[in-house]
Amino acid sequence: MTLLPTPAQALPPPRVRARFRLRRQALVGWGFAGPFVAVFGLVFLAPIGYALYLSLFRDRLIGGNSFVGTDNYEQALTDPQFWEGLARVGLFLAVQVPIMLGIALLVALAIDSGRLYGKAFFRISIFLPYAVPAVVASLMWGFIYGTRFGLVGNINDAFGVALPDPLSPALVLASIGNIVTWEFVGYNMLIFYSALKVVPRSLYEAAAIDGAGEWRVITAVKLPAIRGALVIATIFSVIGSFQLFNEPSILQKLAPNAITSDFTPNLYTYSLSFSGQQHNYAATVAIVMGVITAIIAYSVQLRGMRKG
Amino acid sequence: MTTNLAGVDANAADPAPAGPTRTSRGSGRPALRPRRRPHTPLNPRPSIPLTLVTGLVLLYTLLPLAWLVINSTKDQKGLLGSSGLWFGEDFNLWDNISRTLAYDDGVFVRWLLNTLMYVAAGAGGATILAVLGGYALAKYQFPGRRAVFAVVIGAVAVPGTALAVPTFLMFSSMGLTNTPWAVIIPSLISPFGLYLMWVFAAEAVPAELLEAARVDGSGELRTFFRIALPLLMPGTVTVLLFSMVATWNNYFLPLIMIKDPDWYPLTLGLSAWNAQAQTAGGEAVFDLIITGSLLTIVPIVVIFLLLQRYWQSGLAAGSVKE
Repeated sequence: MTLLPTPAQALPPPRVRARFRLRRQALVGWGFAGPFVAVFGLVFLAPIGYALYLSLFRDRLIGGNSFVGTDNYEQALTDPQFWEGLARVGLFLAVQVPIMLGIALLVALAIDSGRLYGKAFFRISIFLPYAVPAVVASLMWGFIYGTRFGLVGNINDAFGVALPDPLSPALVLASIGNIVTWEFVGYNMLIFYSALKVVPRSLYEAAAIDGAGEWRVITAVKLPAIRGALVIATIFSVIGSFQLFNEPSILQKLAPNAITSDFTPNLYTYSLSFSGQQHNYAATVAIVMGVITAIIAYSVQLRGMRKG
Repeated sequence: MTTNLAGVDANAADPAPAGPTRTSRGSGRPALRPRRRPHTPLNPRPSIPLTLVTGLVLLYTLLPLAWLVINSTKDQKGLLGSSGLWFGEDFNLWDNISRTLAYDDGVFVRWLLNTLMYVAAGAGGATILAVLGGYALAKYQFPGRRAVFAVVIGAVAVPGTALAVPTFLMFSSMGLTNTPWAVIIPSLISPFGLYLMWVFAAEAVPAELLEAARVDGSGELRTFFRIALPLLMPGTVTVLLFSMVATWNNYFLPLIMIKDPDWYPLTLGLSAWNAQAQTAGGEAVFDLIITGSLLTIVPIVVIFLLLQRYWQSGLAAGSVKE
């Protein structure tokens, strides 16, 4: 090892060396990234391609599996069950996401302000629900909502009142919104807090010297500094809302009358393909949903980054 | 690490509790306590109103968990007969746990072992792939690098359920459904993990260090394991923890892939118990569902608490850049 020739003697002329180095870099780079890319192709790209393929066919009683062109898409675009589900998650998105992100942002700002007693305890406790599986969260809240042995029932008994049933058709969407908020407030809070933590402290000092109050520091320094985190959290929440499945699917067992099998587009896709055996149409609905989600996520990003 | 001028000043101005100790602790008049350090904009005085308001959110997040803990101490009769927010007459937690573990020939233990297997293989594998991939994207120039990144980030927007049906059909034709592989293989990809490792590696591993290692004649693999990997540790722990949560909590994927209860993870098993309680003639086991839920969340919560220093620093470093 110590007998290595000096680089100047051992290596070929610079240009050959540079080209060799680039090729070597490419090889090693692909060597490291290769495993991820290969599995990614298998579990992401191949299914997307397969779904596109499936969506062009239809199983018929007579004639078997045949090519139908865009028939499935035309059906999906005029399918009232699909549109009702989409409208439902749209409403959910419009109400739940701002509430959840608003609370998360306020808590993140409160913890970051350094004005809380026991801020580490706040941070970790409020984050805790993120570690709770959606199944457990839905079961737990489902029981709490219960008028039999849940908290709502307890309150009704104790005060002799009759609170409206959170699992009734009128309220069940709001009840799901509460579960999702509970699950993800802490996660989003942590994203915002992490972003706040890396804002250079000297900015606050400069703002304070310029006479900026706390509120002004928040609106003029902190919020612009974490704009990227805000946009990313919004995009993930939008995607999550459109994918709503676990919570309604679990609550369905407790409230079968309030949550139909086409309650959200994802529940609809699931029941189409696993109860109805309509794989081709299910793939089509899933693709339409994917396109709508991507369009909305993309426009959120464009809007969010505009003044950046 | 973020030592700043004001912080240093504040510390310097603090004369340390050396002088005549006039602590009012116990005197019942904390208002007389001398101020320890001047409150600057960077070291503000804690506020009771703000703590109380934020405390409402804390209450909101902790109350359901408290409900779960309290009610896992009750038997079925206690669940129906006592208030949900306080303990019943009997304390049945240990009895509930042993009944949960023993019910239906110990199927809960089987589900727990399955979950551990899915987490070890799925989250472990996802972390390895994400670290290798993120490191490559951050530190090597190779053709297709930008395309890899664009496609992976774009894929995040594709709903998991949009993939579910075709993935199920694909796996079914490959004979993989109803086997652990159907859960493990899709768990191996974490786009978020790749993104985080990419951002993290770009910051944490200086190019000069890698260059120096190369000049010293270290091979690429050796450089990765000996030099890059230790620097990537906080990011790696973060990705591992978040993939662990994702796999531990996964419900949808096993729901479509696994029919045989012997391969269920805990989430699917709990939901099966719940479904059983709702069907006519099925045995209602709410007490076991509640205790099982508690047993399901305890390990993951403990891991998060134990490793919080690591994953929080990793997450913060990951948000340096967007």
